[in-house]
Amino acid sequence: MTAEPGKARLSPRKKQRISRGVQYALLVAIVVGVVLYADWPSLAQNFTKLDVAEKALPELFTIALRNTMIYAVGGFVLSFVFGLLLALMRLSTVGPYRWISTIYIEIFRGLPALLIFLMITFLPLALPGFEVPGGTFGQGILGLGLIGSAYQAEVFRAGLQAVPKGQTEAARSLGMSAFRAQLTVVIPQAIRIVIPPTTNQFVSLLKDSSLVFFLGVSGQYVELAKFGNDLASQYANATPILVAGVTYLIVTIPLGYLASRLEHRKGTRR
Amino acid sequence: MTHAIEIKDLHKHFGDNEVLKGIDVTVEPGQVVCVIGPSGSGKSTLLRCVNLLEQPTRGQVRVQGVDVTDPDVDIDAVRRHIGMVFQQFNLFPHMTALQNVMIAQQRVLRRGKRAAEVVARENLDKVGVIDKCDAFPAQLSGGQQQRVAIARALAMNPDLMLFDEPTSALDPELVGDVLAVMRKLAEEGMTMLVVTHEMGFAREVADRVVFMDGGVIVEDGPPAQVIGDPRHERTRSFLSRVLHPED
Ligand SMILES: Nc1ncnc2c1ncn2[C@@H]1O[C@H](COP(=O)(O)OP(=O)(O)OP(=O)(O)O)[C@@H](O)[C@H]1O
Ligand SMILES: [Mg+2]
Repeated sequence: MTAEPGKARLSPRKKQRISRGVQYALLVAIVVGVVLYADWPSLAQNFTKLDVAEKALPELFTIALRNTMIYAVGGFVLSFVFGLLLALMRLSTVGPYRWISTIYIEIFRGLPALLIFLMITFLPLALPGFEVPGGTFGQGILGLGLIGSAYQAEVFRAGLQAVPKGQTEAARSLGMSAFRAQLTVVIPQAIRIVIPPTTNQFVSLLKDSSLVFFLGVSGQYVELAKFGNDLASQYANATPILVAGVTYLIVTIPLGYLASRLEHRKGTRR
Repeated sequence: MTHAIEIKDLHKHFGDNEVLKGIDVTVEPGQVVCVIGPSGSGKSTLLRCVNLLEQPTRGQVRVQGVDVTDPDVDIDAVRRHIGMVFQQFNLFPHMTALQNVMIAQQRVLRRGKRAAEVVARENLDKVGVIDKCDAFPAQLSGGQQQRVAIARALAMNPDLMLFDEPTSALDPELVGDVLAVMRKLAEEGMTMLVVTHEMGFAREVADRVVFMDGGVIVEDGPPAQVIGDPRHERTRSFLSRVLHPED
């Protein structure tokens, strides 16, 4: 860009205008490119075929979404309970508790979720005679719970540490035991603090429930991703995958909004 | 007669930082003792050693004859007899004023809900915030919060009360309400150990004033002497700074 004659430099306002103009031009160029080069009929044929989409009903909701929710909620409950335990262990004054919890958290946050699900499929081989209770649901929930609890533990730890030390001191000064003070004073406040990140955590688990795919589920146990994939193979058409995707979004987007609303409210209260 | 509080040769280190360097203080039942001194002199630490929020490094702290530093002592039981009021109030923000005053009665003293509520209302009335029973701490002024905090401590029927700068976090116009409550408590014969910068309160209410500086007690005596006619230069210069801050 060249400066106008007579003026040493562009005014900041003018600079901003030019920069905006360039950004819009770039956007228009990309959109035009996509519109011109995309094969619209083929895309429509493959991703938005209504008669294929109709084949997904009603099982899309009665089986697939229902199962996704079972896996996600089950995994969430497990990770909530186990995560709280891990967080308390991590903050414990007893060294070994801290170490065990730290090691667990580091391992399960460091491994790809997929790998953990693959391992679960090998559990019966590794431990002959052992069976995860609850069959396929049990396996899926266990996998999600193992992963979720590591993340949830860190959420709880941050929440517990965010409660001011004066709260514990006030409770102890009233004669409460350390345990009692945690239970009646610290944990209830920590739970309020962790509601928004925990909601996000649930959204993560909901998406990760698609990994149940790799447990080799079928029939009554399929969740959204597997369900979409199976139908897509059956009709050699990608529409059911898009339908499954939209179904995820119907749940995840409102939850995301809810989380940010809750976060906002937390900021305005107290 | 056993002393309410008897502190002997109390030392407290934080790492290399020696905060208390041999403190001796005795408080008799029914006495009000005010601790004054510059910031960082160890006043809070001294108070916190009495109910073992800080573990003393060395020395003895006896509360009603019980050595609280004895590892065999049930510290929760000792603390039940000691009310503590903090500079930052430390009310439980997720509970109403009433619940704040009830919770320890129920969970620690095992009082029933009804009984706890009766005691809570009595004490909230006594400190003048009975109309705020159902308010959450965030909805109360600093002065009201601090009075709820005092009620919370009183509801446990403590034998003595510790106050750590209870009015320092308050707007000036709210200080009077809290001091009035403390005055009333003193008149009723409550044993009180009070860290404060309120010289008027110390002069009028205290039986003794203790001046601390640099982790030691410089002067300990009746207010007329320590505040009115200090013997040590350090006390004099501290008082002149507190009483005439504009000079
Ligand atoms: N938990 C702690 N860890 C490390 N150092 C501490 C701790 N608590 C207090 N100290 C140090 O001990 C010293 C005395 O602190 P203390 O709070 O007892 O002073 P104070 O007389 O109450 O001061 P103020 O008037 O500012 O409240 C300070 O230097 C402080 O930094
Ligand atoms: Mg202090």
